[in-house]
Amino acid sequence: MIASALKTSGLSKSFGSLSVARDIALDLPVGGRYALIGPNGAGKTTLINLMTGMLRPDAGQIVLGGDDITALEPQDRVRKGLARTFQINTLFPGLNALEAVTLAVAERRGVSNQFWRNIAEYRESIDEAYEILAKLRLGDDCYQPTRELPYGRQRLLEIALALATKPKVLLLDEPAAGVPHEESGEIFEVVAGLSDELTLLFIEHDMHVVFRFASHIIVLVGGAIYTEGTPAEIAADPGVREVYLGKRHHG
Amino acid sequence: MALVTDAGTEPVRYLKFKTRWHWAETLFWLATLLPFFLFPDYLQLASQIAITALFALSLDLILGYAGIVSLGHAAFFGTAAYAAGIFSKMVWGEPFTGLIVGTAAAALLGYASSFIIARFRHLALIMITLGMGLLLQQAANSAGWLTGGSDGLQGIEIWPLLGHFEFDLWGYTAYAYSLIALFIVFLGVRRLINSPFGLALRGIRENAVRMPAIGAPSRKHIRSIYTLSAAIAGLAGALLAQTTQTVALDALGFQRSADVLIMVVLGGAGRLYGGLIGTIVYMIAHDQFSGIAPQYWYFWIGLLLIAVVMFLPNGILGGLQAATAWLQNRWSKR
Repeated sequence: MIASALKTSGLSKSFGSLSVARDIALDLPVGGRYALIGPNGAGKTTLINLMTGMLRPDAGQIVLGGDDITALEPQDRVRKGLARTFQINTLFPGLNALEAVTLAVAERRGVSNQFWRNIAEYRESIDEAYEILAKLRLGDDCYQPTRELPYGRQRLLEIALALATKPKVLLLDEPAAGVPHEESGEIFEVVAGLSDELTLLFIEHDMHVVFRFASHIIVLVGGAIYTEGTPAEIAADPGVREVYLGKRHHG
Repeated sequence: MALVTDAGTEPVRYLKFKTRWHWAETLFWLATLLPFFLFPDYLQLASQIAITALFALSLDLILGYAGIVSLGHAAFFGTAAYAAGIFSKMVWGEPFTGLIVGTAAAALLGYASSFIIARFRHLALIMITLGMGLLLQQAANSAGWLTGGSDGLQGIEIWPLLGHFEFDLWGYTAYAYSLIALFIVFLGVRRLINSPFGLALRGIRENAVRMPAIGAPSRKHIRSIYTLSAAIAGLAGALLAQTTQTVALDALGFQRSADVLIMVVLGGAGRLYGGLIGTIVYMIAHDQFSGIAPQYWYFWIGLLLIAVVMFLPNGILGGLQAATAWLQNRWSKR
C-alpha cells in the first residue's frame, strides 16, 4: 500500500444553483502522475482552487499527507507542501526570474521578514533559486524582467515558482496552455523530469501528452468525477469517448 | 554554471550590484546642503521641503513598493503633528522626546488601521483611507479644547536642540534638524527596500494573487509596512509641528494627502528617490508660481500632472533613468 499524498472526500461547492464540484473523492499516492481531464467547464480549475484554498468548499475534507488542511489559508497549505501553477500566467511582471524565485525561496526559508540585511547576503536562497532556474533552462534569461520574457519561458517560470516552495504535491493547471505544439513538449519534458517523490496532478487537453505522461487519469464532467483509471482503461472506456473524446477531436 | 568568486556566485553578485550605492546618490545628498550656502534666505522653505519629502517617502513605501493606494495619509502626519504639539505644551518642549511621542502616536494608529487596510485593495482602499482622513480631521475640529480647532494649535514652545541650537527665524536649525531626520530615515528605508522583506513588498505590488501561492503571508507583510509607513509619516508631521511651532487642521486634511500623492507620482513611485524629487519639483514650483499668480497654481500643477502621467508613466525619475539608459546605449554603439 503506497502512502496517500493528497486525499479529498465529499468535496462540494456551488455558486447559487450552479454546482461546480460534487462530492469529489480523490486519493493521489506519493509519486503519482495524475492527469485531470474533462470538457471545458467541467470544474477542473475549480477543483484546483478548492484544494489550494483559493476557494472555500461548502462541504468535504482535504487531507495532505495525513494532515487535515481544509481550514488552512492558501499560504499555509503551500508551507505544508501543496503548490500550484496557473493556467493564465500569474507572475511578477516587474521582477526578473531570479528575484521572483529568490522571493519564493526566501518565503519558504522564513527569511522574508528580514528587513535590515541586503538581499545579496542571503546567498543560499539566491543560489538555490538559480539552481531551480538552471534546471528549468531559465538560467540565461533570469536577469530579464518577467514581462519581457517569451511566453514559453514565462510558462516555465510558473513551474519554477511553484518548485521553489519545495512542494510534496504539485498541481499544474494546463502547464503548456497557449504554447505552440512544438514547444509544449519541452515543458512536459521538464514536468516528467521532476523528482519521483513529488506527487503530480496536471490538467491537460492534449490527449497525446496525457497518455504519454500520466500514470493515472481522472475524468471530470459537470463538477463530478465521471471515472478514473489507467490510461489504457480510460482509452478503452466508451463512455469517456462519448462525453469527452468523441465530442472534441483532441489528438 | 556561473563563475564563483569570493563575492559569491554570479546571481549573488548581480543582486549586490543592483543594490549598490550609486555615485549620483552621493551627489544628490551633497546637493541638499547647498541651501545653507547658496540660498540662506530660503532655509524655511528648504526645511518644509525636507519634511514633506519625508512624508512622500513614507507614502512611497506603501504605494510604490507594496501597491497600497492611500488618499488619507495625512491622517498619520496630522495625528503626530498634534501629538507632538500637545506634548510640548503639556509636558515639556524637548524636541527629541516630542518626535518620539508623535511618531509613536502615528505608528499606533497605523498599526490599528493596518488590520483593515490589509483586507482590501484598489478602490475600496482609496475610499477607506480617504474616509479615515476626513474622520480624523473632523474629530480634531470638534476637540477644540485640545487641538485649538479651526484656530490651530497655538503656543507650542520648543526648547533649543540639544540644549544649544535655537529654532531661529531663518531656519538654520530647522533645516539641519529636518534634513538629518530625512537622511537617517532614508538610509533605513533604503536598507529595507534592498532586503528580503523589500523584495516581498515588490512581490505584493507586482502580483498580490500569486503571493499566497508561493507561501507568502501577504497580509502580515502589509500590516508591517503600513505601520512603518504611518510612523515615518508621523515623524514628518511631528517635525513640522516643532519647526513651525503651530499645527493647523490642514495637517490632517485631504489636500495634504492629495498633494503628497501627486508628489510621489510626479517624481516616480517605487523608486526611492522619486518621492524626494517629486517633492522638490512640486514645492519649488509652488513657491515660484504662487509668487507670480497664486490663483492659477493648481492649473499648472494639473497640467504638469497630466503630462507626466501621459508621457512619463514612471514619473520624472523614471523618465531620467530611461533617458540615461538611451544615451548610454547610443554611446556604446558608436
